Amino acid sequence: MTVHEQFAEDLALYALGALDETAGLEKHLEECASCRRELEQLRGNAALLALTTAGPKPPARAKSRLMDAIAKEPRLQQAKPSSRWWTLGWIGAVAMVAVAAVLWNQNSNLKSQVQESARVSDQQKAQLEEARRIVDTLMAKDAMHVSVVPVGMKTPPPEGKVIYSRDRSGLILMASNLQPVPPQKAYELWLIPMQGAPIPAGMFKPDAHGSALVVNPPLPAGVEAKAFAITIEPEQGSATPTMPIVMMGSGG
Amino acid sequence: MSTAAKNLERNDGALIAAVRSGSQDAMADLYDRYSSVVYAVALRVLGDAGAAEDILQEIFMQLWRNPGAFDASRGNLAPWLAVIARNRAVDLLRKRRPQTEMTETLVSVEPDLASEADRGRHVEKVRAVLKEMPAPQRNALEMAYFEGYSHSEIAEKTKEPLGTIKTRIRTGLMLLRKAVEAT
Repeated sequence: MTVHEQFAEDLALYALGALDETAGLEKHLEECASCRRELEQLRGNAALLALTTAGPKPPARAKSRLMDAIAKEPRLQQAKPSSRWWTLGWIGAVAMVAVAAVLWNQNSNLKSQVQESARVSDQQKAQLEEARRIVDTLMAKDAMHVSVVPVGMKTPPPEGKVIYSRDRSGLILMASNLQPVPPQKAYELWLIPMQGAPIPAGMFKPDAHGSALVVNPPLPAGVEAKAFAITIEPEQGSATPTMPIVMMGSGG
Repeated sequence: MSTAAKNLERNDGALIAAVRSGSQDAMADLYDRYSSVVYAVALRVLGDAGAAEDILQEIFMQLWRNPGAFDASRGNLAPWLAVIARNRAVDLLRKRRPQTEMTETLVSVEPDLASEADRGRHVEKVRAVLKEMPAPQRNALEMAYFEGYSHSEIAEKTKEPLGTIKTRIRTGLMLLRKAVEAT
């Protein structure tokens, strides 16, 4: 590996957190990919030191303490796409997300503002009521599902919107006017990173209206996305996309 | 990578995915697999069983809250958790605010240490290299890594020139690298 020799010793110290003056090296690291890779490797070498430690096992109570704490802190679950999502339809899913978001917001506020006045509570009730009205409309049995397209266009084209946050590893896909998929097949969304192979980002099937939703599929942390693509794959999913790409879009 | 290592890697990845889906059972499995590593590192740094237990609790709670912080494409779970345990414990020892977020902790260990057997073999090799290493060099490495001293503090405590400490630490890390590369 090509490492700038003048930084070699400082990199080793930095990897251990033992370098006193870090500003100069950090400036160099911003500009030098090979030194960044070397730093990561040096941290790996240092990790070997950590792995050499041996000692008594943690006391049994530590596990029950952890599991108790976890049980008291269930996360608002955004499950990976499953057959439930596929059959639920995107309207129902959006409604669930909306209610969850409002409830989460209310809960967070209540936790942090226990001493707040009744005025805040009333405000939250009003917010919840407003969200309920939105959900009622979305879920109404008589709700019409209409795609609005330019005048003269008979069949609206398939369309998808991806909202992706690298920092949160969060992704939402809302798609409409999709063609049905053949039996034992499903659509698969792919995150195409700046570098490296496409990353699977959720399987889905359109509902009777051609709509589909994917919410927060499992994704590696901090991946910079160059584009998103959709292919048709076997129902159980694929590790690599099968050509052709049926839909694609890039950011910016 | 051996088949066993691939299976274990898949299992770790599958467990992390299950934790992302809110599975407490998967979290219990990850704890069973890696709590000893995390606890041993924290205890080595802090020398206090209660404080080490607190670090253990903190790290696994963070993993529960943010399983996406672990990026399987960048390394294995065992060294990643060990490094986080070391960082947290040293921060506590030095009475400073956490210096590195979990998501910013990147550890690239080569060769692959996903399988417990591979890990055990490499760790034994590293232990042997540490044992054969000149005591001043081993001390410099351990003072930096397990006690959180800066190189100038190590120089002051050992009454050695700064340059000597720098060289010892770099060559020490290179010896560890060669130990696993030659395994």
